[in-house]
Amino acid sequence: MSGKVLMRGTHVLGEAAIRSGCRAYFGYPITPQNELPEYMAAAFAKMDDAVFVQAESELASINMVMGASIAGARVMTSSSSPGISLKQEGISYLAGMELPAVIVNMMRGGPGLGNIAPAQGDYFQATKGGGHGDYRLIVFAPAYGQEIADMTRAAFDMADKYRNPVMILGDGMMGQMMEPVVFPEPVDPAALPKKEWVLDGAKGRPSRIIRSLWLDTALEEELNWRLVRKYERITEEIPDQEIYMCDDAELIIVAYGTAARVAKGGVHRAREMGLKVGLYRPKTLWPFPSGPLARLSRTLEHIVVFEMSTGQMVEDVRLAVEGRCNVSFYGRPGGSVATPEEIARVLSSTYHRMGSRNHKGSEAHAVRDLSRRAAG
Amino acid sequence: MKKIFSRPESLKDAPFHYCPGCGHSIIHRLVAEVIDELGIREQTVGVPPAGCAVLAYNYFDVDMAEAPHGRAAAVATGIKRILPDRVVFTYQGDGDIAAIGTAETIHAANRGERITAIFVNNAVYGMTGGQMAPTTVLGQVTTTSPGGRVPLRDGHPLDLSEMLGVAAGSVYIERTTVSNPKGIMRTKKAIKKAFMAQLENRGFALVEILSPCPTNWKMTPEQATKWVDETMTKFFPLKVIKDVA
Ligand SMILES: Cc1ncc(C[n+]2csc(CCOP(=O)(O)OP(=O)(O)O)c2C)c(N)n1
Ligand code: SF4
Repeated sequence: MSGKVLMRGTHVLGEAAIRSGCRAYFGYPITPQNELPEYMAAAFAKMDDAVFVQAESELASINMVMGASIAGARVMTSSSSPGISLKQEGISYLAGMELPAVIVNMMRGGPGLGNIAPAQGDYFQATKGGGHGDYRLIVFAPAYGQEIADMTRAAFDMADKYRNPVMILGDGMMGQMMEPVVFPEPVDPAALPKKEWVLDGAKGRPSRIIRSLWLDTALEEELNWRLVRKYERITEEIPDQEIYMCDDAELIIVAYGTAARVAKGGVHRAREMGLKVGLYRPKTLWPFPSGPLARLSRTLEHIVVFEMSTGQMVEDVRLAVEGRCNVSFYGRPGGSVATPEEIARVLSSTYHRMGSRNHKGSEAHAVRDLSRRAAG
Repeated sequence: MKKIFSRPESLKDAPFHYCPGCGHSIIHRLVAEVIDELGIREQTVGVPPAGCAVLAYNYFDVDMAEAPHGRAAAVATGIKRILPDRVVFTYQGDGDIAAIGTAETIHAANRGERITAIFVNNAVYGMTGGQMAPTTVLGQVTTTSPGGRVPLRDGHPLDLSEMLGVAAGSVYIERTTVSNPKGIMRTKKAIKKAFMAQLENRGFALVEILSPCPTNWKMTPEQATKWVDETMTKFFPLKVIKDVA
């Protein structure tokens, strides 16, 4: 499979995982992500060195993931919102035991059983903990088929590099959409860097322990601070974002995943109306890419945050912006997907409310002129 | 001088934290002796529980990975599937295996996972301070059944081993005791058979071991062993529940 292929998002995830050296998958069916375990089952059936188990529950599957990770495999599980809630116990343990694993959440409408339509209501759960204790997940938010492939590779690499669980946060629409994709070159799992901490029987070495219990408060505190230092390193090294048509923008929209694709359409339509608008799209949700957004906010009049939820990421945007410009929220929760026209209308009405006296806007141009002169 | 008794190689030289008269200490030793005798110390991975034996990794000198409360069978499944030529055992209390971990255990057994489960049944939640367990017998007083367990309110003691015997993927299930010397010998044999079932790649094996908890039963160690023999065995008869070659 070289060159460009047309594939749906869930299958892209599966193929990219296999090409990233994933040889273990444990899951439990839930719509809208079932094509992924189905893909893994079919593909692994043809491979001698790969393990597929359909577990009896999400609880069991995430703990099988834990076991496979303990034994050194590149391992993945996937689910959708209610199933991810059940996996939270295991995710907290994975973080505490510093075990690499890739967890896919194809979000659906909630809370509760909700519906199977695409939604983004699990942002808090993904980025702020979800399970118990002080920990962070690395969270990737792809928006395009190609990005699903690339981020899957990155997810496995980051999980191993930092010994931390990584989540790929998508939604039902992304999972179903067919798009052209070029897959990364396959890696040979045997050629990956050796993990010195794996449990495989204490042959010719002292026995090892992988644990999450630290009854001694000093040791637990030490672990917590060590995790914080790791998270700080991650925060410096991996935040990523797309900044689109923001150079002369006075108003930008911030959105991720499927919502960002709709928002981009809205930006195009608003530009056609002559409005100076742009899009800021976080590609990592934790760590949240606040640096570039903070810099943009110095020259912007207003930011609209658009989410397919009642407003969760908007809090991280406000933190990044620290009051330097106005931030408002527009949301379509419950599985409703906005249209680009709708977003254009939101942008246009916000734009006109901003008023004609755009001090910050002119200041922005002054700043840019200065920087251009400095560069020249 | 000929040495006739020493610490098994698979046990670290660390004093147990268990209460006097507790069955966990005896069972640890038996498991370690079996690992030594089978010569599998360097290919074994143990999965200790949440419960009084949560610190088992301080004692067993084999690779050990802690599982969340009740999930040992699933964690062990993950390890064993990746490393099919290693020996994987879980060590679980009755609260761990027969309450919160019932689903994981039954399904691991039914899949015929090549793992060995050591199920320590002391009819009570030891670590959390003596609450009623699924295995608490009728009439037994615990902190959450202060008037004694009554079926209408508290349900019946759960025969997990019998349930596991019904699972098509289980090959060897036996219930033994460590409350007397004969029982201890029998338990060691059973543990060995349960590891052999795995080494022979036959399926899921489990040994349920009736084990005294003098502390939470509020008895002396002597009274506790007597209570196992006279009362507990009425509810949990000692027997081979399943043994298929
Ligand atoms: C999810 C979760 N719930 C509850 C607990 C608290 N807890 C720790 S050990 C235990 C029960 C231990 O009883 P048992 O398995 O019978 O082992 P014993 O201590 O008697 O050896 C419980 C409920 C926990 N650690 N995790
Ligand atoms: S509380 Fe009971 S099970 Fe726990 S160590 Fe003491 S005697 Fe053993």
